[in-house]
Formats: sequence, C-alpha cells, structure tokens
Amino acid sequence: MSKRYLFPLGIFLTLACTLALGLQRGDPQALPSPLVGKPVPAFKLTQLDDAQKQFTPADLKGQVWLLNAWASWCVSCRKEHPVLLDLAQQKQVVLVGFNYQDQREAGQKWLARHGDPYQFTVFDPDGRAGMDLGIVGVPETFVIDKQGTVRYKLSGPLTPELLKTKVLPLVKELQRG
Amino acid sequence: MPTTLPAVPQAGLAADPVLDERVNRLASELRCLVCQNQTIADSQAELAVQLKHEVRQQLSRGASEAEVRDFMVQRYGEFVLYRPPVNPATWLLWSGPALLLLVGLVVLGLHWRARRWQGQPEPGGWEGGDAAAVDDDVVPPQEGRTP
Repeated sequence: MSKRYLFPLGIFLTLACTLALGLQRGDPQALPSPLVGKPVPAFKLTQLDDAQKQFTPADLKGQVWLLNAWASWCVSCRKEHPVLLDLAQQKQVVLVGFNYQDQREAGQKWLARHGDPYQFTVFDPDGRAGMDLGIVGVPETFVIDKQGTVRYKLSGPLTPELLKTKVLPLVKELQRG
Repeated sequence: MPTTLPAVPQAGLAADPVLDERVNRLASELRCLVCQNQTIADSQAELAVQLKHEVRQQLSRGASEAEVRDFMVQRYGEFVLYRPPVNPATWLLWSGPALLLLVGLVVLGLHWRARRWQGQPEPGGWEGGDAAAVDDDVVPPQEGRTP
C-alpha cells in the first residue's frame, strides 16, 4: 500500500478519536450551569403547606443547604425520592424542597403519599422563580453554601452514587469552612 | 426564517405586529433547552412557551434584544444561544469548516503540482509514457471519463 494513503487515513483517525473523546465527555443533557459560583438568585415564595409563610434564600445564610426541585407530575422525582428520604434521616444538611410548576394540593398530596424529606418546601406555581434558577426540568438539585453562593447544580435525579461522590463531600467541605 | 405560529395576544397586551416580529426573531435565536435542536420559536415544549412569553414581556417593557439575550445566558448558559457567540472560546468552532476546506484545497493543490512535476499529464487523458513515473496505485483515467 502506498504511503499516500497514510495521510488521509491519519486525518480520519485523528478526527475519529477526537469525536469519540467528545462523545465520552458526559451527558449532553446535563448543561453546565452558569449559576455555579454566583449568588443564588433571590426569590420570595410561599411555603407549600402554609401560604402565609414566605421564604427567601437569604433566610438560610450561615448554613449549607440543598435545594431540590420536584413536581407531582414528575416521574424521575419519584425515583430519586428514596435517596432524599435517606439523606434527610442522616440529618447532615438542610434540605429545602422547591415545588416547580405544580398545584398546591397536588404537591401536598404527593408529599403525604411518598414521604416528606424536606425541612419545608417552597411553592413556585408559574415557574418564574425556577426560571431565575435556570431550571430546565425536574428534578434538579442545588448545593448552596453559607454565604448563599451556588456551589453545585445537578440536572436529573440524585443517585446514591452522586450523593456519595459529589454532593456529600462538597457539603462536608462547605460546612467546615 | 422558521415558520412560527402567530403570537396569540395575551390578556392585556394588544396585538402588535412590530413586537411580534421582534419576539419571533429573538425567539429563533434562543435554544429550547428541553428539545435542544429546536429554537423556542419552533418548540411547543412548556419551557419554550414560557421563555417565549418572557421574551415578549421583556421586549414590550422596553428591554433591548441584547438585554434579553443576556438575561437568558445568565440563567441557562451560553448554550441557550442557538448560534454560538463568536469569541476566543468558539473561534475554532466557527472557522473549523473553512479551515478544513483550506487544508483540503492545499492538499489537492500539492497533489496536482506533484503529478505535474513527475511528468504526469493533467487528469483527463492518458498518454502512456514512462512506466517508472507511473504511480502504481492510481488507476489510469480513461479517455473521456472524468477522474
């Protein structure tokens, strides 16, 4: 075989390897959030079980907390829910629920039925606060530090694996600081 | 221009063709993040509809296209822009195809020059000649056929 063929073959192999590596580089569905490293967007929402009570992220300054967005119509949220219930039992971090584009009664019923791991849940019926948080779908989970800065955002269900390898180590680190 | 449904006037917002035009133009530059290969102008996904409504509200309140784009990028990242911005991080993405074409043309040019230099006639005619100069893995073009 002539050496001429090596040149285009070389280009092809380089291209193929580059593309193969690119495809390995993680889930294209998981978009990097521009919020990481920035202050959590200010919002003021009522609590799901009490429309008279309001919450804004500033209320939790000084604590490390997780914000978990979910909805009663969300199937993957059900899959992730046991992980959250487990986490709540360990009492390692404050867990706040974010009921996204849902109906108050449906949300309350869902928690009553599947268990409530949250310290409390806030209610965002029109998704406007969710838009400020860059929420694309549910479930999504944010880790927020004592200064109110978003340190990690997960799009998709929280798995025991992710909890162990990403979330809990980060939480521990943030709690030390 | 993608075909979009005419904007339904929201309660309280009068039908405004100029605004509609601006909304649709901007909406076709923003990616639907749920169905990522569509713009929010095309997609009927709930998030897309919601974002399109937001675009409309902001433009009608006097925001500029740039401000609305910034609003989206701040929340969803640069990926929300359907056409990636031209900046140092993306210059390779934009110039890649042109660069590859250039490389291809250069290679082709070199190939032709090399053939000429070796005494090969231009492709399109085979005139026999020195057997030693023949490139043994190139099929000699036949009369009348384009190589």
